[in-house]
Amino acid sequence: MRNADVYIASDNIVSPLGLTTAANFSQLKKGISGIRLHDDDAMSAQPFYAALFGDKDGLVGLPAPDAGAMQRSPEMYTKFERLLITSIENALQDGGIDVGDKKTVLIISSTKGNISLLETAANVSGPGRLSGLQHPTSAPGLQPSSRLDPALTERIALHTSARLITEYFGFTNPPIVASNACISGIMAILTGSRLLRSGQYENAVIAGADVISNFVLSGFQSFQAISSRPCRPFDRSRDGITLGEGAGTIILSSHRKYAGGIKVMGGSTSNDANHLSAPSRTGAELGHSINRALKEAGLSSVDIDFISAHGTATLYNDEMEAKAITLANLQAAPVNSLKGYYGHTLGAAGLIESIIAATSLKEDLVLPTIGFEEMGVSQPLNICSTLLSAPLQHCLKTASGFGGCNAALVLSKE
Amino acid sequence: MNRITASCRISDQSISRNGDSVFENKGADLSDFLLSGYRHFELNYPKFYKMDNLSKLGWLAAEVLLKEGLSAGSYQPEEIGITLANANSSLDTDLKYYETVKEIPSPALFVYTLPNIMIGEICIRNNFKGESAFFVSPRFDADFLERYVNDLMDNDVLQACICGWVDLLGDEYKAVLYLVEKGPGTPFIKENINKIFQAENG
Repeated sequence: MRNADVYIASDNIVSPLGLTTAANFSQLKKGISGIRLHDDDAMSAQPFYAALFGDKDGLVGLPAPDAGAMQRSPEMYTKFERLLITSIENALQDGGIDVGDKKTVLIISSTKGNISLLETAANVSGPGRLSGLQHPTSAPGLQPSSRLDPALTERIALHTSARLITEYFGFTNPPIVASNACISGIMAILTGSRLLRSGQYENAVIAGADVISNFVLSGFQSFQAISSRPCRPFDRSRDGITLGEGAGTIILSSHRKYAGGIKVMGGSTSNDANHLSAPSRTGAELGHSINRALKEAGLSSVDIDFISAHGTATLYNDEMEAKAITLANLQAAPVNSLKGYYGHTLGAAGLIESIIAATSLKEDLVLPTIGFEEMGVSQPLNICSTLLSAPLQHCLKTASGFGGCNAALVLSKE
Repeated sequence: MNRITASCRISDQSISRNGDSVFENKGADLSDFLLSGYRHFELNYPKFYKMDNLSKLGWLAAEVLLKEGLSAGSYQPEEIGITLANANSSLDTDLKYYETVKEIPSPALFVYTLPNIMIGEICIRNNFKGESAFFVSPRFDADFLERYVNDLMDNDVLQACICGWVDLLGDEYKAVLYLVEKGPGTPFIKENINKIFQAENG
């Protein structure tokens, strides 16, 4: 039943480091990080490190909505939606994919989507701040149960954003929205590749994004999970995550014209069944996902040339990943984490990091792990800390998230 | 063919299993109703009290769904997975969490601001470790569910799958779960999935 090969036809990254995959990879090769210290009362009472859009310090801002290109008034799209539109538009530029085809499906990945609209609704009385709303009636100071303004809840819903993007580009099939914490992006790629392999669709446009706002930042701060410095994955002195915003788009196709590029070979998700916010103590469940992904790819551990880890730089995540990688007998493979460049981009992370992994395969380059200096996990890994040039054919991408979820994906160069 | 070996539905202050009403508490508000259901089935699980309403709803539906166990009995933890969807993600708790941000942000609420936390709760309770996924759609999509779950089962990614719809916002809620296995039962096709989803309680 699983027969069609699935290729990456095109991709894009929109991040503070650049607006195309090529621009991003070029910055990464130079060791440039998007993480800066920010002091913004609307986001946090204390200064915080994050990788945010903004036209300074060598970073880029999110392009202003172009009324000419955006068919309707640009104000109707939120920042979250503009991220997705900008990324998808660039990925479609190659022109090989017909979005209106019945054999093309759109998949969106996000954890919190338009949740920042809650903040503007809470801070502003009356209409005006919620562009695109028909009946903005929410007022501050009301209890949650009475604040359920149907227009606001509808506008925040991820399926509303997915519908707006579907209409913007003219997709004919209903969109699919994956929202599964920090594995959302990999889950979306996996869902797309399965839909193609089963023959249900021939093309999948898979786009993920998240915006960093007071809602998300305050939550991770309440967990004491935000690093006091730019995050340091797998390092001995690591003390938490750094958040980042961005979008990534991967277009998958089963069309033979894309043969010879990067293939999605297999993948898997699993659940720890242990704790909601702390990862598995043994790493066995992520290890199981890795083994299952390798099996589906028809590969064994010795075939993997490098691993793009989740590497959030929390004490427990990196330790769990080190155990899982060792359990899967992959401890000799070079490992990197890209969180030191992008921060944790949540629902975009699986896409952005898979795109960088695919580009690494094409360019035969493994990127160093910014922030890593001294081994800080109990199972020694081969953490890549300098730009490594080597012939590369197969790579493994992993991710884990709240709710005990884990994911693994294998990409190969033909 | 994959088959529905059990179903559970919670809506309008009543709970039904395989189409038969098993509990109702008309007039109770949502929190009281969920607690009365938990007590009625004598579910001794203190973690229930810490859950948000969405997780309570999904967890309770899974408890009733699995009341008679799994029909084939012995699966490996990795062979059982969960596929859920809803329209409002975790917005009910997002609103409650954001109320706390004005004073002291609550980590206990923040952890529930993701819809797949409900999947985590069901996995922890039952030691399910297989493939799980959460999707958001404006309305229940039996066609997508049928294709997605059948693909997992037909490719032996899973031997059993708990799947369905668990949506909650304010006082509005609805949960319909299906246990899908390879044993005898109602064929897992969209006509049957929709019939169970739309059925009246009792």
